[in-house]
Amino acid sequence: MFAEYTASELTSIFAMQGFAGLILFSVFVLMALGLAIIFGQMGVINMAHGEFMILGAYITYLTSNVFSEYVPTLFSGYFFLAMLLAFLATFLLGALVEWAMIRHLYKRPLDTLLATWGLSLILQQLYRTVFGAREVGVTLPDWLMGSYPLTEMIEIPINGIFVMVLTLIISLGVYFMMFRSRWGCQVRAVVQNREMASAVGINTEKVDRITFALGCGIAGIAGSAFTMVGSTGPTSGQLYIVDTFLVVVFGGAQSLLGTIASAFTISQAQSTMEFFLSGSMAKVLTLLVVVGILMLRPQGLFALKIRH
Amino acid sequence: MIVLPLSMDIFRLNLIGKYLSYAFVAIGLVLCWGYGGILSLGQGVFFGLGGYCMAMFLKLEASAPENTAIQSTPGIPDFMDWNQLTALPWFWEPFNSLSFTMIAIILVPVIFAFIVSVAMFKRRVGGVYFAIITQAIAAILTILIIGQQGYTGGVNGITDLRTLKGWDIRTDEAKYILYFLCCFMLFGCLLIAQFVRKSKLGRLLVAMRDKEDRVRFSGYDVSNFKIFVFCLAAAFSAIGGAMFTLQVGFMSPTFVGIVPSIEMVIFCAVGGRLSILGAVYGTLLVNLAKTTFSESFPELWLFGLGALFIGVVLAFPDGLAGIYKTWIEPRVSRWLVTIRAMRPPLSSSTTADTRS
Repeated sequence: MFAEYTASELTSIFAMQGFAGLILFSVFVLMALGLAIIFGQMGVINMAHGEFMILGAYITYLTSNVFSEYVPTLFSGYFFLAMLLAFLATFLLGALVEWAMIRHLYKRPLDTLLATWGLSLILQQLYRTVFGAREVGVTLPDWLMGSYPLTEMIEIPINGIFVMVLTLIISLGVYFMMFRSRWGCQVRAVVQNREMASAVGINTEKVDRITFALGCGIAGIAGSAFTMVGSTGPTSGQLYIVDTFLVVVFGGAQSLLGTIASAFTISQAQSTMEFFLSGSMAKVLTLLVVVGILMLRPQGLFALKIRH
Repeated sequence: MIVLPLSMDIFRLNLIGKYLSYAFVAIGLVLCWGYGGILSLGQGVFFGLGGYCMAMFLKLEASAPENTAIQSTPGIPDFMDWNQLTALPWFWEPFNSLSFTMIAIILVPVIFAFIVSVAMFKRRVGGVYFAIITQAIAAILTILIIGQQGYTGGVNGITDLRTLKGWDIRTDEAKYILYFLCCFMLFGCLLIAQFVRKSKLGRLLVAMRDKEDRVRFSGYDVSNFKIFVFCLAAAFSAIGGAMFTLQVGFMSPTFVGIVPSIEMVIFCAVGGRLSILGAVYGTLLVNLAKTTFSESFPELWLFGLGALFIGVVLAFPDGLAGIYKTWIEPRVSRWLVTIRAMRPPLSSSTTADTRS
């Protein structure tokens, strides 16, 4: 299948697909980081994670509409406010959900799966009622449009670069919060030994609630960033939930670094194969390989060395 | 189940038959999830495989050369003709024979389940990881079926099924017979499941669910029991899928994917994950509610369904059967006891009468 391309064409194909893969990678990382906190650290299966993302996306859409309607002069900067709002909204919703549902189910992880699936159905229908069944897209400000030509054959879209920079900032932020701050230390203590943590005076309920809400908040930012590369509909969240779970599990549920590494592998594999095969076959092959590797190595790529 | 045919018209009866074919899956899930503690989110895969096997046979029969004379290559299913395939793919060939199809309906899903479960359980993958991987398998199969339109019929699935060995499955009479056949098979599966539950295997499953390590340390090979029960559940689901295809007349990827698979888990959860009979009633109830609700309030239905999941999980983890066990049964028995307590003078007098 490589025979019909020349060497220089192949290089630029790989470069272009590699870059498309990098954008996919950024999206995967943003989606998976929130889930890695909720699922990897807390052990809660949140099937409504995709719906939290979509909430972020819809809020971005609303903000962009408000800005273009009332303050068109500030339109070029709306995105930053939108991301903040998306984060706040999903953070609050996450805290509410934790209080109403999740905290009763910490001892029954498989039941969180069913309950959050119910939540995701409710949210989907809510979006359909409020925003309609059709997909919506946001208008990007001028400075995010267009692309940057690197060589004659390779062009890089600017919004892609923006998403990547955003991913980098958020990943670093999560890293510092989880591993370099007092609060992250408390989270890890609660996860490893709940009784002991509460015995030394950590308010475990509060830590749980904020951790869950923070995971949801990152999903909201992911959804907000997602509006730059695709359109949003009520059921878009469901399309990504399997991918996201696989990314987290493949990387080793408890390792944030593993999550990033597996997002990179999966996205690059998929994007490179997409050029040579049809999109659906590329996806099938990628997923098959991931499932195959998981069967051989159930703990994922980067497993924490803990005795069970 | 026996009373229903007398009181319903054929359309409703066919609908119930359709729901009952989901009940096969729910029974399998009770064994697998309720007793074994293995939650599979990919039961739709086995349902679909069974259904597709049946549908392939029926489709080949429906596209005999004389029926498909207008196509550019007569004798192959219509969707293959649309996709410029000129010969029957090799894996369709054996489905010309009914006996092979009958075996394949059970065997294909069971072999598939066996491969998956051996790979997983021998390496002690369980719980959440198992659920996510089965879900991924369901996603893969759906994408594959939709992507390979020429071989599988794509999004539309395999439609326009007419006869089974020359017997028209679309007539009212055939629907009656299929309904009873479905009930009969379901009853068989119920008995098998009950037998498994009562046997030593059933007790081991419960022990494994609660403390897997202790069972392993007692010298049992835990993974073999899990593999067996998972394959059994797959076989049940496959029978359900085949009955579904026969009664509804088509099979499509919408019954394979993630959403239907999770819905099947919900049927089981609503009925009660520890009750085999409860699973059947749960399936019937959820589906009836779904049909009636979505007929009258299509907007509200998803809200209702979502609330149902959350409510069942939070308030009634044992579902309908659990409600029955904890609320109704004790009251009924207390009520019976009071009645019996009131009766002695009466019964003693009657016995006195008979004595005299």
